Amino acid sequence: MIPPAIQMTGIDKRFGAVHANRAVDLTVTKGTVHGLIGENGAGKSTLMSILYGFYAADAGSIAINGKPSLIRTPADAIHSGIGMVHQHFMLVETFTVVENVMLGAEGGVFTARGAAAVRSKLLELSQAYSMDVNPDAVVSDLAVGELQRVEILKALVKGADILILDEPTAVLTPTEVDNLFVLLRRLAGEGKTVIIVTHKLKEIMAVTDRVSVMRRGEMVGTVETAGTSPADLAELMVGRRVVLTVEKGAARPGDVMLAVEDLCVRDARGTLRLDHVSLTVKAGEIVGIAGVSGNGQSELLEAIAGIRKPSSGRVSLKGEALDCGGKDDPRTLRAKGLRHVPEDRHRMGLVKPFAAAESAMLGCSDEERFGRGLFLDRDLVMADCAAKMAAFDVRPADPGLRTALFSGGNQQKLVLAREIERDPQLLLIGQPTRGVDIGAIEFIHKRIIALRDAGKAILLVSTELDEVLALSDRVLVMCGGKITGERLPDQTSEQDMGLLMAGVTSEQPKEAA
Amino acid sequence: MSARPAPLWLIAGVVPLVNVAVAFLAAGLVIALIGENPLEALQIMLRGALGSQYGLGYTLYYTTSFIFTGLAVAVAFHAGHFNIGGEGQALMGGLGAALVALSLPFLPWPILLPLCVLGAALAGAAWVLIPAYLQAYRGSHIVITTIMFNFLAATLLVYLLVGPMKMAGSMAPETARFVPGATLPLMNQMAAWFGLTLTRTPLNLSFVFAILAAIMVWVLIWRTRLGYAIRTVGANPDAAVYAGISPARITVIALLISGGLAGLMATNEILGVQGRLINEFTAGAGFVGIAVALMGRGHPFGIVLAALLFGVLYQGGAELAFDKPKITREMIIVIQGFVILFAGALEMMFADRIASLYQRFAGQPVSA
Repeated sequence: MIPPAIQMTGIDKRFGAVHANRAVDLTVTKGTVHGLIGENGAGKSTLMSILYGFYAADAGSIAINGKPSLIRTPADAIHSGIGMVHQHFMLVETFTVVENVMLGAEGGVFTARGAAAVRSKLLELSQAYSMDVNPDAVVSDLAVGELQRVEILKALVKGADILILDEPTAVLTPTEVDNLFVLLRRLAGEGKTVIIVTHKLKEIMAVTDRVSVMRRGEMVGTVETAGTSPADLAELMVGRRVVLTVEKGAARPGDVMLAVEDLCVRDARGTLRLDHVSLTVKAGEIVGIAGVSGNGQSELLEAIAGIRKPSSGRVSLKGEALDCGGKDDPRTLRAKGLRHVPEDRHRMGLVKPFAAAESAMLGCSDEERFGRGLFLDRDLVMADCAAKMAAFDVRPADPGLRTALFSGGNQQKLVLAREIERDPQLLLIGQPTRGVDIGAIEFIHKRIIALRDAGKAILLVSTELDEVLALSDRVLVMCGGKITGERLPDQTSEQDMGLLMAGVTSEQPKEAA
Repeated sequence: MSARPAPLWLIAGVVPLVNVAVAFLAAGLVIALIGENPLEALQIMLRGALGSQYGLGYTLYYTTSFIFTGLAVAVAFHAGHFNIGGEGQALMGGLGAALVALSLPFLPWPILLPLCVLGAALAGAAWVLIPAYLQAYRGSHIVITTIMFNFLAATLLVYLLVGPMKMAGSMAPETARFVPGATLPLMNQMAAWFGLTLTRTPLNLSFVFAILAAIMVWVLIWRTRLGYAIRTVGANPDAAVYAGISPARITVIALLISGGLAGLMATNEILGVQGRLINEFTAGAGFVGIAVALMGRGHPFGIVLAALLFGVLYQGGAELAFDKPKITREMIIVIQGFVILFAGALEMMFADRIASLYQRFAGQPVSA
């Protein structure tokens, strides 16, 4: 009998007070695609980091292909035939593909011989797995899907038999995801072993042979993919059944709250990031923006929120023209009833070293309710935050605790509480549930729907297509800074959306650009 | 998935103490190497700095300057900037005080003295205005520009003191004496008003100003809207933009406050002790302020304590050099260097180890 490619037994790891892995067992059969799922903080990244030698386990053993292995550093892991493709690509942008793959295998003082060896190996591998990559292309010119292939090739060239992919689809279009899955199946067919770490149930169902589920540092089960369903897996992940669809009634749209006309944004280099975007959002409706991240959604939100100055175009709120990024900065816009949940709460929405109470008044620190005149009243600030925490079930409900110590879901609830609670007329929400666990996702979705039903206008940006389709009353799709189409969520398909997200439009443009 | 953080008293209390202890240990080794008894040296230092009214007076006099320059560095730190130009801003503070004192000698002291203090603060702030503007709106690094402005301040002062501002008929690079109404009373003079007799030392009213400044900085940073904006800009400029706080504007404001505090250092030396403007009166206090702010972890209370430590080192070191000819003035600078190295630059070297020791002995809290 063939020994399993990976056998991890009794892996235990603590980080101070946090018990990240509790006696975890994981067995992965050679030549299969194995899924590893769990909520944020379930311990999957820790387990994979132990396997790849980033951390040493406190207890437990690892056997690779039946051979007990001591993996102390990533170099040990590579030596044992393990390769890892990180969520954030580890590539040198100004290098060519060959130069990137060669890193760590330069072969002496002069690189010519190493480069030649790597080049022939690259060609051999890309033929064997029909991966189409030009070895002399400069990495900064490549699309995201190609970058990922370079990462995979990098691991394979170093002799990996076992590939670990951490959240591999986060940045890909649906078509690129399909291509990746075909590649992964082909790799498994050739006898390679693939582990994919994700929290997307649909991908697990689509590509894996077997799936292991982690919850709170424990391995709660390994099942054959064919014999399970997304609902069963979700239940294993959170320990109870959750509603994956959002229950909501029909929208009752009122007057136009937000009108955007021909909005253009250029970045610091002068590149057009937002290309003549026009849209309206009415009171009592949720307009969703779908698209792969980096296609102008951030620029759109930031321009409307007054963070980024548009190069041309008009924005009006309740019929009043705004001078976004000029006279109207985020502060004055907030006073006019515009609230903004930023896409990246770590970068913008919170100040991580601050106490939760201080993060909970970001953008409102000038309001009279936090103190008199120039001064802030600590008791008022704390009490306000305690009220927000109670209303949004933020745990732990401790306003004095440092913001960074809250989980992603609780941080996001804090941001939502801050932005929703002041009765906004228009709410901009970017990535409402990125890095948020399933329990909190449900809570956040319900709050957004409740806000809509209270007659507020909501502009929602999410790269999770399911989320946009489930929450929105109308969906706009963005690609390359343009709106490529508008659909009603119940009258579209994933293929249709995928084409729009890739920039393929069936409609003729209204006017010549 | 980070470990539960160690309690504040451990990081803010025990860690600095361990750092200082290690610094003294290293300095003790050097003293032993040149053939002196380190314990005896330590005893002389402590007795010299704290063992008499005379010693204590000098210690607190040094401390006063370090509190001002330490606070100056700390305020800029909170806004995310490294104001390394305390030296130049303090020199200009002296110039500001001197210009007021020499040009308005006819004013009664209750008006003249506050104006002199204000002049010191405003001149210190003015000297950082250009670097602050360049940092905020042009992205020129504040470290580079303030270092250059230190040189500019030093040369400007030399030019003025050998030229336009030199006292007529004097050979020394210094101005004329200020009128008495433009100088701060010494501590022993103030004690005499209450019938107390203190040894005459350079310690003067500006020590009280320094303590008040520390309290005001604490209120500013942790209890005002402006302080909140300063900390937001320092901790996360993107979040500040999102909140509608202009990082450029806050940078300029925070650096002006920083420069003003550095300028106030001149109240100690110029208004308190010299009673005239002299050359190079800062004697490196601007740079010691960086070490003080680092060691005090940007907190006014910590800064007062760290300033006191450096005051002890300065005064005790002078006594030691006097008592032990083998231990020269340069040796004292070596000892101060060790304190800066271990307590400032290597501030966090032992922090992790101390924290993990604490966690082992305090027991494992319930896992989250």
